Amino acid sequence: MSSVREEGKDRIIFVTKEDHASPSSAELVEEDPNDPYEERGLILPSGEINWNCPCLGGMASGPCGTEFKDAFSCFHYSKEEVKGSDCLENFRAMQECMQRYPELYPQEDEKEQQQQQSSETKPTSQDSAETSENGWWRWLLSFYKTPASLWPTAP
Amino acid sequence: MLKCRTVWRTLAPLARTSSTVCRQNARRAGLNNGRLPACVPAAHMSTAPAGGGRENQLYVLLVGATCVGGAIYAYRTVKGDSQRYQDRIDEISSRPLKTFTEEPATPTQSEPPAAPSPAEPSPPAPDAEILAPIETADLPSADEPAVEASPQEAAEPAAALIVEEEPPAAEPAEARPGVVAEGHIQGYLVTLVTTILPEPSPPSEPTPAELTEPVADSESPAAESAAAAKPAEPQLEAVTESGDASPASHKVSSHTPYLLIGGGTASFAAARSIRARDPGARVLIVTDELVPPYMRPPLSKELWFSDDPSVTETLRFKQWNGKERSIYFQPPSFYINAEELGSAENGGVAVLTGKKVVHMDVRGNKIKLDDDTEISYDKCLIATGGVPRNLQVIERAGEEVMKRTTLFRKVEDFKSLDKVSRNVKSITIIGGGFLGSELACALGRRSTESDLEVIQMYPEKGNMGKVLPEYLSNWTTEKVKKEGVKIISEALVKSVVSKDDKLEIQLKDGRLVKTDHIVAAVGLEPNVDLAKSAGLEVDSDFGGFRVNAELQARSNIWVAGDAACFYDIRLGRRRVEHHDHAVVSGRLAGENMTGANKPYWHQSMFWSDLGPDVGYEAIGIVDSSLPTVGVFAKATAKDTPKAATEESGTGIRSESETEHTASSPVASSAPSPTGVQHKDEYGKGVIFYLRDKVVVGIILWNVFNRMPIARKIIKDGEEHADLNEVAKLFNIHDD
Repeated sequence: MSSVREEGKDRIIFVTKEDHASPSSAELVEEDPNDPYEERGLILPSGEINWNCPCLGGMASGPCGTEFKDAFSCFHYSKEEVKGSDCLENFRAMQECMQRYPELYPQEDEKEQQQQQSSETKPTSQDSAETSENGWWRWLLSFYKTPASLWPTAP
Repeated sequence: MLKCRTVWRTLAPLARTSSTVCRQNARRAGLNNGRLPACVPAAHMSTAPAGGGRENQLYVLLVGATCVGGAIYAYRTVKGDSQRYQDRIDEISSRPLKTFTEEPATPTQSEPPAAPSPAEPSPPAPDAEILAPIETADLPSADEPAVEASPQEAAEPAAALIVEEEPPAAEPAEARPGVVAEGHIQGYLVTLVTTILPEPSPPSEPTPAELTEPVADSESPAAESAAAAKPAEPQLEAVTESGDASPASHKVSSHTPYLLIGGGTASFAAARSIRARDPGARVLIVTDELVPPYMRPPLSKELWFSDDPSVTETLRFKQWNGKERSIYFQPPSFYINAEELGSAENGGVAVLTGKKVVHMDVRGNKIKLDDDTEISYDKCLIATGGVPRNLQVIERAGEEVMKRTTLFRKVEDFKSLDKVSRNVKSITIIGGGFLGSELACALGRRSTESDLEVIQMYPEKGNMGKVLPEYLSNWTTEKVKKEGVKIISEALVKSVVSKDDKLEIQLKDGRLVKTDHIVAAVGLEPNVDLAKSAGLEVDSDFGGFRVNAELQARSNIWVAGDAACFYDIRLGRRRVEHHDHAVVSGRLAGENMTGANKPYWHQSMFWSDLGPDVGYEAIGIVDSSLPTVGVFAKATAKDTPKAATEESGTGIRSESETEHTASSPVASSAPSPTGVQHKDEYGKGVIFYLRDKVVVGIILWNVFNRMPIARKIIKDGEEHADLNEVAKLFNIHDD
């Protein structure tokens, strides 16, 4: 049983696991999904991309931010069977930009390893030129497949 | 005309009668100069007896007519004068009209705000505030661009405005603007000619900006698009002002759309937010530090536990998952040079280091640096943070004592304290709050390896005495003692003297403490140096710049971070000095600078670790003077900060909150107690802080990754009858 102690204005309650086994009777206010004040995840209720999402890290704000936004937007709105397959040009431009800042955007090998750890999709066979794009695609796809609370951080 | 005749006709008989009466009175009274006063009673006397009704009416009519006539005359004169003034202004302004042909496109929008602008030259202009956004950087004198901008529209509203003012006041006012306008406009024209010819774009570019700015608050996206509409053109132009018209400096002037004063966490978060939301935005950060933006928590935590001997140089620390990172938010390659900011195709973030902003001209939308450079802006963020407070006794104690005192805040303070800690025998930390306790633990850890004595003294009864309820504060103090720190509680410093190369601290209760070095961690003084020149309000209760719920101080000025005293919709007005708040408020300010208009809503959190056994996360108002309810379970070895990070796989405990913000809790090279069960009662739990029966603050004591639930409870702001039930939501027994 839980024990209660008062020390002046402070109250101290000790509880065992059994005490907390029953579900809570505390009522929480229902969330409004369209609350304009709330911080949003990656995708806004309108369907647009929230570039200010902390989950993107500095991707949208860095020197290659514009290229990244173009590529990701294209990917996001892509209706192709292989999502984003019509965005190769954008991804290449982003790639090129990122290669100019190796300090900021880690090299492909590291990223690939990280992707394989966190991603659910199997690496498809491809030539080396497309490896990086696939890596990005997998990273982007992962946003759509996993629940928001488990979104990986920027590579 | 007719009126005058009728007036005269009625006047004549009355005049005759009154004059005869007056003469009679005068003879009687023998007064020569009492004519007028005598006339009045005479008039009364003449009318009071029978048959005086008609003459009374006539007299009233006479007086009334005179007044009306006088009023009409005055009105006509004033109107004529203002019309003449307008005509003159129109004539003058019609001369260099070619660059402002874009104006007709936005006459309706700008008309009401532009209306006050011609009135600006007249001194009794009351709406100086409205004029402020109209003035832009490039053009030196404030009056002229406003006047020049809208000659046509200004005529009508201006006339109306001037007539509304006191008619007598307008008369002298009218005389002066004429002179002022002419003199200044001559000088302005010279400037205009020299600047327009080589660079046709800049003057036209600011003007749509200046016109849209009066409606900036509600239409800032429009302003942004107007400004961003010409991204290719260099905005950072070296406009050479003609020194005559400008009372300001003779140095090179430059312009940036987004100016962030201060180069700390809030500023960086805002820069990132602006860049994310405004494509191709150009952001200039001005900081008096010599390094780019960095995060502060590791300076009193992780960096002290690093195995790397060169840590003071690299400033890198290893997180629990082995991932290493620097305290700098981004490496230098992330930023572009300030000189290139204007010409960068996709914009960028530039950091101007080693420069202090000494003056802020809100009306002119520009700031002045300590090297006399002026920079104008469209939107400005003040994120100046604060300066560590010092004890008065130390300040008065002299050079020798000050030399041996560290006020800990910046990177160089970390470097110097690190060096000191390796070279002295005894360090005393004055202050029992977050910083003091963390440094005490860090140095205490070091004391086990070396010969260092670490003393911590504070006026409260226990560590974190102002934050934790007494029972928990006492428990924490015991833990800190176990870290090798000598605690002197309830200590008030009376004096500090330097004697024989050591410092002697005399306490008010008579105790004497001898030490080699002092670290003063007694609070932060928010930096509000710019309040005076900028005319910004400073809060008297909490300190800092007073801003609203959207973090806005004035039209184009926001404040974020330690220096912002803001209105929290849920918790009331407050000022928060925590890292996550700097990130959250900086990000929010950046959003609002790009037109979001969102209030402070996402509650920021904070955390602290005091040794490997004590770690907590907290949110909201956590003040030990509030009544608290603590719900605790027995802790197992798994409930330590170290275990929390290893389990969740995130090297950063606060990663779920905000990215790249926190760093992992205290790293320990010494083996942590794995199988030891805590005999103490307060292993892990949740503490609720109540204000009027509503939970306003929550501490998660050795319970991690549950901050979203805590945030929700505070956001709801509900009165809960049984807080034990609320505590169930946290599943404190789960691993």
